[in-house]
Amino acid sequence: FMRVSTRKCPRPGGDMQWCFSQVKGAIDDDVAEADIISTVEFNHTGELLATGDKGGRVVIFQQEIENKNQPQFRSEYNVYSTFQSHEPEFDYLKSLEIEEKINKIRWLPQKNAAQFLLSTNDKTIKLWKISERDKRPEGYNLKEEDGRYKDPNTITGLRVPVLIPMDLMVEASPRRVFANAHTYHINSISVNSDDETYLSADDLRINLWNLEITDRSFNIVDIKPANMEELTEVITAAEFHPLQCNTFVYSSSKGTIRLCDMRASALCDKHSKLFEEPEDPSNRSFFSEIISSISDVKFSHNGRYMMTRDYLSVKIWDLNMENRPVETYQVHEYLRSKLCSLYENDCIFDKFECCWNGDDSVVMTGSYNNFFRMFDRGQRRDMTLEASRENSKPMQVLKPRKVCAGGKRKKDEISVDSLDFNKKILHTAWHPQDNIIAVATTNNLYIFQDKVN
Amino acid sequence: MSATTAMEVNAEARRILAVSISKLYASRTQRGGLRLHRSLLLSMVMRSARDIYHSSRECEELCGAPPTSEEAMETGPVEQTVQLPEPLTEPRQPAASAVEPPSEEPDSGDEGSDGELAEDKENMSPTRQSRKRRGKAAAAPDFLPSKRARLEPGEERHAALPTSCRAGAGESLAALSLNRVIPAF
Repeated sequence: FMRVSTRKCPRPGGDMQWCFSQVKGAIDDDVAEADIISTVEFNHTGELLATGDKGGRVVIFQQEIENKNQPQFRSEYNVYSTFQSHEPEFDYLKSLEIEEKINKIRWLPQKNAAQFLLSTNDKTIKLWKISERDKRPEGYNLKEEDGRYKDPNTITGLRVPVLIPMDLMVEASPRRVFANAHTYHINSISVNSDDETYLSADDLRINLWNLEITDRSFNIVDIKPANMEELTEVITAAEFHPLQCNTFVYSSSKGTIRLCDMRASALCDKHSKLFEEPEDPSNRSFFSEIISSISDVKFSHNGRYMMTRDYLSVKIWDLNMENRPVETYQVHEYLRSKLCSLYENDCIFDKFECCWNGDDSVVMTGSYNNFFRMFDRGQRRDMTLEASRENSKPMQVLKPRKVCAGGKRKKDEISVDSLDFNKKILHTAWHPQDNIIAVATTNNLYIFQDKVN
Repeated sequence: MSATTAMEVNAEARRILAVSISKLYASRTQRGGLRLHRSLLLSMVMRSARDIYHSSRECEELCGAPPTSEEAMETGPVEQTVQLPEPLTEPRQPAASAVEPPSEEPDSGDEGSDGELAEDKENMSPTRQSRKRRGKAAAAPDFLPSKRARLEPGEERHAALPTSCRAGAGESLAALSLNRVIPAF
């Protein structure tokens, strides 16, 4: 079946003026490795914002009801729940440590009072239930208030326990653990629009799961060659179509995207569509293969387009056109001549993510020096902004930044050589309806919002 | 390509090869195990560097003549080495002597059942005088593996490299055996 999108109509993109709203995380410059943010995701209403970190923890922020006394302040996000999702494990058979780092979090659409999310590390996916408790029972017949059991001989009457209000408690409990299905490292999970299944992808395989069933998964894509010496490409990301429950895409390290239809066959090794842009021969270098590797793929909310991120650019593809993208945006083209240095310091392997705004008119992705970039598709405009503690006064408007690629550096511009490559923004998220964005620096989460008129 | 450019290209290719090998080596001790994607990308860079290295060496040999005007290079291995500033942390590079050539020996069953590159103390130092028989072309770098048994289709056979690494039939750097680089699952 096809789910109809009932998205609330968001405010038009227009002239966005981004303001600082909040920053979460330690101010310390000395970053503890466990605190490094590894994923950021809004839920379907935008009320909840989840982050995962290298230490295996998940922190969920909740948007508070708008402060009526200060109308210029939009709703703030405050900590709602924190829990340890994954622990480090050891695979004794292979003598390998399995990192607890949370690679991805994906929310399930809400069906009842509780919230559900999937979180995954390299090997295991877990379904977490986050529920609120704001009442507790009082007046047990067999127990005292402190929990001790009463002497049955002292019980003379019978009463019905009553529920009395208590301070809100948010509990997270693991409801399902989907383990032992991936030989290689999981890079993606994606919930299907059928609300029953989801996929998980590692370097060579994609598995289909039923949310209720943990002891079985169905392998739908397998690109492992019979002889590993012949390996030429790996799967880098995968996602279900937002509306068609039979369709998903996966991207590769070679810069291709394959769209698969699960109705065509049980094993989707043969793609329905192959999206690939021929390489510009003038750009050929040692590192062409690395920079063409796709680090993220995201469908637009309306399901008509998909966006891919490779090292230097963001590309928008029309699902009906396979031979080239319809739009290409250069994120930091000035790095093309620095690829050798970026290879030496490992930055060339950084995996940047990308995201759409609510109405698919603007896309966003991160860069270095804590810069992040927005591309307004309709107005053909791009913007570079910075997430930094210096620009973090309440409601401070962010000034657009500019990198000077060469030649004479103008005032307020930053030269390429001054960029801090340790400060990278890999993970960004856009509220599904409003112009509120969450941008993760190494260990801080910045929340920015469009200036309210 | 002039002789000077060929020399620069040669040096650049060697440098990239050395960097790549040390990265491959370092990734073995990484938490979470070897990453297939990263290993694949590293091997691709090494393959390109090796190809450029060999073609530039050939050119070097041919162009003994005084340097002509520089031509634009199709492949751009000679990239500006940008002095990226302090904040950039250089990766800790293991000493050259500890670098293990990534190619495999198909016959070495003792390579480790876990599939990881076994330490080969005998050949650890690339600067050591090789005790193995030397091949015809003497000048090739000794950190490159010697085995050239398998060639890509259409590839010319280049002069054999000195066998500073494990001797015997084996594979070229191009056919980098990922099932040795990547743990066997």
